[in-house]
Amino acid sequence: MSCVLQLDAGGRLRHFLTVEGLGRDWLERIMDTAESFESVAVQKVKKVPLLRGKTVVNLFFETSTRTRTTFELAAKRLSADVLNINVAVSATAKGESLLDTIRNLEAMGVDMFVVRHAESGAAHFIARHVAPHVSVINAGDGRHAHPTQAMLDMFTIRRHKRDFSRLTVAIVGDILHSRVARSQIHALNTLGAREVRVVAPRTLLPVAVERLGVRVCHDLDAGLEDADVVIMLRLQKERMQGALLPSEREFFRCFGLTAARLRRARPDCLVMHPGPINRGVEIASEVADCSRSVILEQVGHGIAIRMAVMALTLGAVQG
Amino acid sequence: MNAEALDIDTLLQNLADCLRRQIETRRLRDPLLVGIHTGGVWIAERLRERLGIETPLGRLNIAFYRDDFSRIGMHPEVRPSQLPSTENRDVILIDDVLYTGRTIRAALNELFDYGRPRQVILGVLIERDGRELPIQPDCVGGRVSLGPDQRIKLTGPDPLKLEIHTVEAP
Repeated sequence: MSCVLQLDAGGRLRHFLTVEGLGRDWLERIMDTAESFESVAVQKVKKVPLLRGKTVVNLFFETSTRTRTTFELAAKRLSADVLNINVAVSATAKGESLLDTIRNLEAMGVDMFVVRHAESGAAHFIARHVAPHVSVINAGDGRHAHPTQAMLDMFTIRRHKRDFSRLTVAIVGDILHSRVARSQIHALNTLGAREVRVVAPRTLLPVAVERLGVRVCHDLDAGLEDADVVIMLRLQKERMQGALLPSEREFFRCFGLTAARLRRARPDCLVMHPGPINRGVEIASEVADCSRSVILEQVGHGIAIRMAVMALTLGAVQG
Repeated sequence: MNAEALDIDTLLQNLADCLRRQIETRRLRDPLLVGIHTGGVWIAERLRERLGIETPLGRLNIAFYRDDFSRIGMHPEVRPSQLPSTENRDVILIDDVLYTGRTIRAALNELFDYGRPRQVILGVLIERDGRELPIQPDCVGGRVSLGPDQRIKLTGPDPLKLEIHTVEAP
């Protein structure tokens, strides 16, 4: 279903809503294209004219400064005009329906919507209703998907490790509520990772998570054993109040990544985190800042990946 | 010049001779040789040896500067440009075939995004008719006259070969 919506009749990427169901060739093409966009960042003029004349709207129903900023910077580096709309304080708050908002923006000549929404499936819903010349990119929907985050993570891994087929990747933390983890799992399996492990307490794992093609560990030490990459997930503070966890301190004691624990992984193991990090909750400060940490590198790669996705999707529609 | 006369070595020698004269008369200082991906890079690599230029070769991929992106979308194999700052540099820009002039327009735009060059000299292995923009080379290896339904393409990198194809009219 997602693929039918994402790819047009000619097999081109019209929307980018989820990694699920996209072939390995597409994931590699996105990363290859992002690689070529990295040279833009070293130019004196950090801009290419590819999307000149196009208008991109960042439609954020949930606040997220980092993701919105990297999408904005990506669009501007492609020379698009960018509108940032924080929907929580705009028209829909006055009672206007989502579709009315979309149609009004379309009437202003918008070419792309970048959508962040608390409800799973929101980006798909918008993609089903936009005009044929408009592309939709999912910037995170509910617990469902965050495909550009997953792709920038894959891009970071590929930069350091090259061959996915040799990799054991441990994803640690709140898998249950994480759209990032779901997208990462799909991407890693599509790219042929040798083993994907999820490491979490039972309360933070989805039912039948094994069906996603992962090995489940409830013990961090076992989960880290000989891992090539460890991806820590952010723990939302509200999970403490939801009685899913006893306390932050307890979570850190059982599932926090410390330097001592990291020794179980391979010596060249990458430490990743989609950010923003809670120091002393998911990860010890000394690990977040250590030489194996590529957390800040991930942020930089986010711009190149988002440029690639924007260029590939808008290049698939007739201008 | 007809297709049979398109000998690569002769064309390269003609182009190198012309560029050498330009380097002298225009008093180029430590010129930066830049090839346009892909054929232009192959030609620039050979010219670098013939001209004795020691500065590393610049590689320009104009895919992000094309004026037909909204019609044809992203090229499937985009390789990143590799170029130092062009600020106040003498640049020798090299391409394999000069046809409509749109590639050179895009390349000049990209060069200026890496800095403001002191001057740019354009050298092409082969020039054909069919210009759509007012762009002319400073040095050419040879000229060929082709019909609107004909295309000339360089294949390589080893050996380099020029081929003429007939295409269907759009």
